[in-house]
Amino acid sequence: MKTIFQKSRPNRRAVMFPRPRVPQESFEESLLAPELARSKPAELPEMAEVDVVRHFTNLSRLNFGVDVGTYPLGSCTMKYNPKFTEELARLPGFALLHPLLPQLRRGGLLTQGALQVLFETEQLLCRITGMDGFTMQPLAGAHGELTGLMLMAAYHRDRGNKKAVILTPDSSHGTNPASASLAGYEVVTVPTEKGIMRPEAFKAVLNPSVAGVMMTNPNTLGLFNPYVKEIADLAHSVDALMYYDGANLNAILGRAKPADLGFDIVHLNLHKTFGTPHGGGGPGAGPVGVVEKLEEFMPISRVIQRSDGTLFLDYDRPKSIGYIAPFYGNFGVIIKAYAYILGLGDRGLRKVADDAVLAANYLRVKLADHWQAAVEGLCMHEVVFTASDKAEKYGVHALDIAKALIDEGFHPPTIYFPLVVKEALMFEPTETENKENLDALVAAMERIALAAEKDPESLHATPRTMPVGRLDEVLAARKPDLAEKEEY
Amino acid sequence: MDFTPHTDQDRAEMLQALGLQSVDQLFEVIPETLRTRGWDLPPPLSELEVSDHLRSLAEMNAHKLTCFLGGGFYDHFIPAAVDALLRRAEFYTVYTPYQAEISQGTLQAIYEYQTAVCRLYGLDAANASLYDGGTALFEACLMAIRKTGRKRVLVCTSVNPIYRVMLRSYTANLNIELVEEELVDLNKLSELIDSRTAGVILQNPDFFGRIHDFTAHFALTRQHKALAILNSYPVALGLIKTPGEMGADIAVGEGQSLGLPLSFGGPYLGIMAVRQDLVRSMPGRIVGRTVDILGRTGYCLTLQTREQHIRREKATSNICTNQALCAVAALIHLCLLGKKGLVELARLNMAQAAYARKRLTAIPEVELVDQGPWFNEFRLRLPVDARMVVSRMIDKGFSPGFPLGRYYPDQANHLLVAVTEKRNKEEIGRFAEALEAVL
Repeated sequence: MKTIFQKSRPNRRAVMFPRPRVPQESFEESLLAPELARSKPAELPEMAEVDVVRHFTNLSRLNFGVDVGTYPLGSCTMKYNPKFTEELARLPGFALLHPLLPQLRRGGLLTQGALQVLFETEQLLCRITGMDGFTMQPLAGAHGELTGLMLMAAYHRDRGNKKAVILTPDSSHGTNPASASLAGYEVVTVPTEKGIMRPEAFKAVLNPSVAGVMMTNPNTLGLFNPYVKEIADLAHSVDALMYYDGANLNAILGRAKPADLGFDIVHLNLHKTFGTPHGGGGPGAGPVGVVEKLEEFMPISRVIQRSDGTLFLDYDRPKSIGYIAPFYGNFGVIIKAYAYILGLGDRGLRKVADDAVLAANYLRVKLADHWQAAVEGLCMHEVVFTASDKAEKYGVHALDIAKALIDEGFHPPTIYFPLVVKEALMFEPTETENKENLDALVAAMERIALAAEKDPESLHATPRTMPVGRLDEVLAARKPDLAEKEEY
Repeated sequence: MDFTPHTDQDRAEMLQALGLQSVDQLFEVIPETLRTRGWDLPPPLSELEVSDHLRSLAEMNAHKLTCFLGGGFYDHFIPAAVDALLRRAEFYTVYTPYQAEISQGTLQAIYEYQTAVCRLYGLDAANASLYDGGTALFEACLMAIRKTGRKRVLVCTSVNPIYRVMLRSYTANLNIELVEEELVDLNKLSELIDSRTAGVILQNPDFFGRIHDFTAHFALTRQHKALAILNSYPVALGLIKTPGEMGADIAVGEGQSLGLPLSFGGPYLGIMAVRQDLVRSMPGRIVGRTVDILGRTGYCLTLQTREQHIRREKATSNICTNQALCAVAALIHLCLLGKKGLVELARLNMAQAAYARKRLTAIPEVELVDQGPWFNEFRLRLPVDARMVVSRMIDKGFSPGFPLGRYYPDQANHLLVAVTEKRNKEEIGRFAEALEAVL
């Protein structure tokens, strides 16, 4: 498809502005001296509205979303995104609200409804996780991680602790070590057994310079680490803090709370656990919760309730780590998660975990006839297979399987992650996929397994049904073409 | 409310396939002592009940005030087609386009967004978005540190104070020295810049709405082999000299003004564009154009060896989820404005602000703080504390601007007023009358 810049024709217009009613002299007074002005207008497309609308409608049709079909992309929790929450986030009372309003004198009173959304969401997340306080400000999961690590640093500084190291298992999300490094920490990776960090291995690397431990539980192999409390107790014995990467909280909603598992800090991905849309890569939201001893360090501002029930933003927090976002978080996303939590309530949220874990285990046993599980036994909300046997025997790799699944009408699973599994295929069906779809996915995977055996070459040529086949990624990286040149 | 499709029959069949009797058995791996007993959450509600509740909360907010408040976040007109297209589920119910063949829509849109950003900011390459303007500025600051191996960053005090507070928070644990000084005066910059300087951060239009030419500042920055970083308001770039033309190495911006509602602070859009030689040290997702095995044009995520999922602690950033849908909104908005529309929009903003300046400074004891030229925002000096004036103006139905004393203690009487294309002559007139009445 042509780019929108290639479709441009001089003098076509979409948006028109009102005929100016301020006097002509106001225009003349505001002419810029040449050294302050750009030399020529930005070469943006010149299009009629209908052509812009068709361009993007047609682009959208090249995408496969949750509303199109089964999207078992492991670790990303591609569940159904309720439609009513889209409406609520767009209510004028929320969408048109200027974020600086509550910073004006008495401005808090002008935004009580918005502050209540923040306050109540914080309270609900506290109950869900067992934490004592939440901030809604972090703008994505990784941003929550960075916030959590900054909280750790502030805590240790306040206590006079000399700490330099963050421990994280080799099965952790790549964001964990990257965030730790961005917060100024040295990262030490703890080896795991099938993704599970065991107390013995943990003890071997634990020492007084450890500031904290970052864990996902269930981990990236979809396994719950039953030693988590033991590990937390060991960590606490050297005054290290336990960080819960909440990417997989959806598996244990109503079954276990991170606080009870020994965690001191958690981030949640509202776009995973609480059904807000992924948007093609964002926006998400990564609120962070802490136990009481860390509350005084939380980012500015905090929503506080007065005795008369009104809410205000507190900026006077001397021990705070400061501002981590310009305002109060990805508010539009927070509204959607708040509505989702209220709608599902206690029973609905528990069912999220129950049905997600049931669906993943159903896939696990159904796929096991033709595919080798990365680990044996029950899994939680996601299940990891390995194609290493198919790769050795037939030269069919995880990538080939992913592409073949596209031709079968499914979004592929996550591949080559977690890094600790060779040729990994990571499926997360979520609770919103019905049994017929799961069965159809199993049948498709069966056909692919048979094709791998009988006609491996056919899989190397997949996908065939898409507007493009496999792309030359080496060329893309060697000679980066990242923007269309103005002359074409 | 419930979005799970399973019937009891479905669950029974699935459990049977597992050889289990109950779902509880799936959770037995959680040690008994760690399991949740009580769960103090409210019972489920219907869509109708939740919607009524949220509607009543939305009504409690003062979003109907006539808005002269800016401060880096502006009340701009958004054509209906932007949201109509964003509501395509094929855009908003997908994730990061790891599997390129099934995601060409998002990938091409992001490539086009990168192109639009490059043309707007006058630079060579852009990423697929960062969270917001402030986090983009922090990432730019880190790039300067990495690229130069130096530790000191000079930040102009007329850079948005919210972003400066964010920079201070983020650098607190890092070996980075932030020096915040007034740097618009070139002499001041030459006094401070030296061989220890990693980067110089300026903003245009600055926080007070003034338009500058920083060409000489950036030439000086280059002489000292430091990186020149410019934060720029994208709507103003319809008219003002681009970061590229001034010699900036990295440009960042808050993309909210390109088709995103104010939405009480987010989701917004962190824009970043760089010179060619900095592409490989840029953070975040980047989309590239390439060809498939049959030579057909296609798009994919590229230069991923910079990123956390491959490099872990050695990555250029920890960012994973970004603001992709907001980037698509910005692209659609820019396409609807078009080449001429963006220029008209910028001109209209400048002219309306000029008219407002004239009306407001006709009030006795209300003066301009600066000489100009300005874009669509300016500082007024009031005879009394601006915070008091703001309270009284709110009672009259206006959000009249931002009292600068909050971030600049020596500017207690200064009010920062923004005028976009959404305000009209009559509203500006009523604003002037109200201000005169409350003083």
